[in-house]
Amino acid sequence: MMPQSNVLVNVPLRPEREAELRGLLASMNFVPGRVNPANALVPFEQFSQIHVARFVILDDQTTGDLQVAYGIPAPKYPLSLAFLADFDGPADAFRADLARRAGKGLEHIFSCCEGFTPGMDIAQWMKEREIASATDYVNWLGRSVGQIREEDALREALDTHLQQRPAAFAQKSPREVHAALRAFLQEEIRAGRLALTPPPATPLGWWLRNAAHLIAVPLVLLIFSPLLLLYLPFFAFQLRSREKSDPEIAPRVDPCQEKRLATIEDYDVTNQFTAMGSLKPGLFRRWTLVFLLWLLNWTTRHIYTRGQLARVGTIHFARWVFINERGRLLFASNYDGSLETYMDDFINKVGWGLNLVFSNGVGYPSSRWLVLDGAKNEQKFKYFLRRHELPTDVWYKAYPGLTAFDLKRNTLIREGIEKASLSEAELRQWVALF
Amino acid sequence: MFAAVDYTDVQGLVRFGFGNMAEAVYLLLNVRDPQAARTWLAQAPVTTALERSPVPSTSLQIAFTWQGLEALEVPDHVVTGFSAEFLSGMAGDANRSRRLGDTGANAPSTWAWGGNGRIPHLLAMVFAEPGQLDGWLRSIQGSWYQEGFNEIGRLTTSDLGGREHFGFIDGISQPQIDWTRTRTVSANGNQLAYGNITCLGEFLLGYPNEYSRYTDRPLLDPQEANASDLPDAEDQPGKKDLGKNGTYVVFRQLRQDVRGFWQFVDEATRDAHETGYGVAEAMVGRRLEDGAPLAPLVQTQIAGVGTTGNDAKRRQDARLNQFNYADDADGMHCPFGAHVRRGNPRTPDLPGNPSGIFSQLAHMLGFGETSLHEDLAAAVRFHRVLRRGREYGPGLSPGEALQPAPTSDPERGLHFIALNANIERQFEFVQNAWMARTKFDGLTEESDPLLGNREPVQGCPFTNTFSIPQAGHVRKRLMEMPQFVTVRGGAYFFLPGIRALRYFSKAGGTAARR
Repeated sequence: MMPQSNVLVNVPLRPEREAELRGLLASMNFVPGRVNPANALVPFEQFSQIHVARFVILDDQTTGDLQVAYGIPAPKYPLSLAFLADFDGPADAFRADLARRAGKGLEHIFSCCEGFTPGMDIAQWMKEREIASATDYVNWLGRSVGQIREEDALREALDTHLQQRPAAFAQKSPREVHAALRAFLQEEIRAGRLALTPPPATPLGWWLRNAAHLIAVPLVLLIFSPLLLLYLPFFAFQLRSREKSDPEIAPRVDPCQEKRLATIEDYDVTNQFTAMGSLKPGLFRRWTLVFLLWLLNWTTRHIYTRGQLARVGTIHFARWVFINERGRLLFASNYDGSLETYMDDFINKVGWGLNLVFSNGVGYPSSRWLVLDGAKNEQKFKYFLRRHELPTDVWYKAYPGLTAFDLKRNTLIREGIEKASLSEAELRQWVALF
Repeated sequence: MFAAVDYTDVQGLVRFGFGNMAEAVYLLLNVRDPQAARTWLAQAPVTTALERSPVPSTSLQIAFTWQGLEALEVPDHVVTGFSAEFLSGMAGDANRSRRLGDTGANAPSTWAWGGNGRIPHLLAMVFAEPGQLDGWLRSIQGSWYQEGFNEIGRLTTSDLGGREHFGFIDGISQPQIDWTRTRTVSANGNQLAYGNITCLGEFLLGYPNEYSRYTDRPLLDPQEANASDLPDAEDQPGKKDLGKNGTYVVFRQLRQDVRGFWQFVDEATRDAHETGYGVAEAMVGRRLEDGAPLAPLVQTQIAGVGTTGNDAKRRQDARLNQFNYADDADGMHCPFGAHVRRGNPRTPDLPGNPSGIFSQLAHMLGFGETSLHEDLAAAVRFHRVLRRGREYGPGLSPGEALQPAPTSDPERGLHFIALNANIERQFEFVQNAWMARTKFDGLTEESDPLLGNREPVQGCPFTNTFSIPQAGHVRKRLMEMPQFVTVRGGAYFFLPGIRALRYFSKAGGTAARR
């Protein structure tokens, strides 16, 4: 199994070249919201390892909230360009590949940013400007783009095969269907029309690091649990006193902002989401969030690795990233459905989880005990989210038309057809996947 | 304890379908002379939600688009207090059209009304008992009416005896509105069982909704011109509530290709070597004859099902609606994509009926799922609409539909009318996530078998199939299903409370004095 990795390059713009950069980014799209996968600057489709990628100018209009809510002068952050990608395999190999195939285009783009002059080693330059995430979420650990494509081709071939012979299959028992489709698959593989490449070996180094992480987090928690328990009442007091007075900033969304965001949504069955905001001032919120994201990251690395983040099964990739010395948080995700569905799903299924993280952000709808209310204040929460959302300038997904559920079903189909023998119950479930 | 609802301030359509008034016409009006229009509005005999005996034989209901409010000279800062969807309009934004499936043959540019600048200011819904409509219309349309409005459209209706054009009984399942305000929902708690009783605030502004919150709407300072007669805002002392006792009307004129439907069904039935109406019933999710659900009835009482009306009515409702899909998790009884299953998947907030705090906690954390589809469409209580539509055009039986069409086959279809307090979370969600979405409930390559526009989506060249799971066998799949329903027009309206209507009728002076 080859685990996925990601990068986030965040670089300040040269103010005088902002318009040029925006023009370059726009040139990568057919229309706003629909990328040209073969665009001249970064021809995403040539990268067989990229799942999703985006360019987004981090133009956070909400930095003034600190002043409004707490009277703290708003820091002046320079406008910056972020490049995010989620891909198969290690980051070093990805960067090198990127420099090789898209070096010229990236030179163009990064020339509009501080500290880059054409001719520099792009891979190295990017690496030096990367920011690690506090929490990463991958829908299905180790499922590569190649595997996704093979499994989709498999489903489509099996589906077509079934469709062309309705009478022959209508009377077959699940066992007979399974056997017949296995025979068909063998034939297709022999003929070179389908392939089901076995997963590569898991890199030893990754495995060791992952195992160490699996043990280390609970171990650290265990060791510090007496201290944490002692601190808990103080924490509760600090939390509640803040929660009672933290102001909300969640006005109705400006229709122009709403329109700017909606224009680039709902072309594919999946959408992108990029949002940014400032942390509430003070060390308490900062370290609460660091701690929570550290815990959350443990669950996404070791527990939520096969199709679901708690109850939500519609996220392909997501991440939470601290930027500006933990002054701000960037959230980026790739989700199925329209934003309204996504927000409703979130509120109803994992409102508590949203509150855990985002209630540490300035202006979030009031929460209680870190998990209650907050997102359950539905309209305010939706306004808050939209208000903090940034228009994603360029967004690429390697498998348009496929939802996370599609990918899961396809993988289950593959797992089932690769097994020579299944129980009756398993066979019935497997046949129902079509 | 909440204050009782003042039925005299609510337009009757929210509470009644006016079933006894079999005749109806929908007038699409533009304001010609604001002063005359307001004078007419001030006197318009609008029927309220107060129960009357004998039951009235005629009724008038009035709703406005935002363009209509502007035309009546309602101040801008008041109009902008309405919801973003209302202010954008059904056809006002390409993204909205994508989400609603209003693309291809459904695109607003092809609509008879509601798109391309043909957006009416007012919708007057006129109902009457058989034989009385013309007289009632004449009595409504006095000289102020003639002076005040241009009629840009007149949508007639027909009475098919409670069935829609494809032949199925219509409007069987409606949410039961909590008029008595006794339903309590906790903001943070999960509802573990599907229920049909829905908070008043889902259908009327100014009351708590299913989140136990008040949906945003225009609130005015009492000092503002004409505001003093408006009801008080329950949640914000000192404010006057222009939304209170009002709601939004989603109006869509849907043309139905009845011949195309039955010809497709007939062919699919013969291909499957079947007889009868099984294919059509699978597409709908209910029996043609009596509307009984394909999904099995449950023994346990569902809150808000079979609890109103006389004994016969209660028994009938229990027979038609005492079910959810928990017992049909594999779709063997009712296909996942069946129209009524898409329209209301009947799921609670948490799947699997977890008992005990630990089991609930496990479910909340995403463990303990017993079937693949179990948690794909959750918490339907936030996505209910109240349907008040009526058919138009002459009826056609399934048998007649198989005959060749005459040279000038009249248009037939449904004037779909849905009432809801939050268009985006209710109507648009249902239409987008459940009806139009080709990935609903884990399906792929298919949209609603009745409403779907069959337009390809990115990466999915076809969306015109329909899957029918088969017990112990591989599913059947209907292919190349044509489009049966085409959107011909539509708009979002605001159906005000009576006092809000009176406020609108005084609006011009407001602008002048401000």
